[in-house]
Amino acid sequence: MLPYVLCLILFLVGLYGIITKKNLLKIIISFIIMENALNLFFILIGYKKDAKFPIFIKDMSTTSMVDPVPQALVLTSIVIGLSITILMVAIAIRLYEKYKTLDITEIKNLKG
Amino acid sequence: MKQNNNDKKGMTLIVKTVTRWTVLLIILYGLYITFFGHLGPGGGFAGGVIVALSFIHIILAYGKEIVMKKFNETVSSILESLGGLLFLTIAVLGFIVGVFFKNFLGKGAPFNIISAGIILPSNLAIALKVGFGIFGVFLALILFIYKEKD
Amino acid sequence: MEIIIVILIILMIIAAIIALEIRDLLSSIVSLGSVGIILTFIFLLLQAPDLAIVQFVVEILSLVVLIRGTVKRDEEVYSKQKFLSRAPILLSLVVFLYFIVLGLKYIPQFGFPKYKLAEYYVKNAIGETGAVNVVASIILNYRAYDTLGEATVLFTAILGAVAILRKIGKIKK
Repeated sequence: MLPYVLCLILFLVGLYGIITKKNLLKIIISFIIMENALNLFFILIGYKKDAKFPIFIKDMSTTSMVDPVPQALVLTSIVIGLSITILMVAIAIRLYEKYKTLDITEIKNLKG
Repeated sequence: MKQNNNDKKGMTLIVKTVTRWTVLLIILYGLYITFFGHLGPGGGFAGGVIVALSFIHIILAYGKEIVMKKFNETVSSILESLGGLLFLTIAVLGFIVGVFFKNFLGKGAPFNIISAGIILPSNLAIALKVGFGIFGVFLALILFIYKEKD
Repeated sequence: MEIIIVILIILMIIAAIIALEIRDLLSSIVSLGSVGIILTFIFLLLQAPDLAIVQFVVEILSLVVLIRGTVKRDEEVYSKQKFLSRAPILLSLVVFLYFIVLGLKYIPQFGFPKYKLAEYYVKNAIGETGAVNVVASIILNYRAYDTLGEATVLFTAILGAVAILRKIGKIKK
């Protein structure tokens, strides 16, 4: 119970960063913190006490294994998070080139 | 007196020497993780990103001109598309035999390298695609020059 | 085991708060790197070696990309609000946390998962596939369609990033 609550507190730290920060790069950093917290939550659900990793070894007596399904899903999720980070940094570079600042309260006018 | 040969680009002499000795080991490690993806931890995604990181290592240590003589953005985009098409070909060949993504190659004995059907070619295709995709987008990030005045 | 994981998650929370509140951008990127490396260590303790490799490598790559995004910033941007004007946001986040914790009692206890689907995969993976790594046989044999979707998402994101950073041509008259 306690690891789940702490993982959700990490998620809320990232959410607080997205709501209140004005620098565009701090917002990108908050996105990465939120994505790390979500991946950790999935793996915490699939953990089995006194079990080994889900790979068979030679001459292994039948021991129990950790749940392998959340690991397969989180593997996909980590790579998608990387692609989102790359896209956000590309947009931030373009915004800096046009508006000469990274302050989101000054990037307001929508026309070209 | 200083005897470094970095009067134009790149980092200091220590970084260049260490890079020259370790970058081949990094590529070898990435290929090992890709090939043995069905026998140990790893797989296509981890191996592809490690190979892309080795190329980024050369760019960071020596400057981008040396790498872009062989691997410019055209070559990396062609190789990335080739990897994606290879993955789709494996899927469609399975569709011709039975269902989409059917495991049509033979399953060998476990703990061999040639085993587990389509998992080994799929790992290779995904490593090619992810590796050169990440390298291509890194090239796009560093080739972007700010306009100084509008 | 649970004590070690709780201590490491508390260290992650402290590193995340430092990464958000510090003013220098390079220092906050370094602190974000430490969040990722502690997460790698937690993945190793939770018996997931596949994920530890991928998380470590992806974290290093995102640090390199973020540092490229911070070059040539000469002015600093930081909020000048006092702490008291941010109190309503903190209060609403605490209320949000309370309602989530109320819903957490339906999740099984930490260390004793419901094991219905994984029972089938663990028993039959080496017989139907021939692969020794159960996670690799799940993502490339039983759920290969999701891997195709993820390859498509990666391809589209890379395409979008390259298209954004292109040089704009001028029309000659």
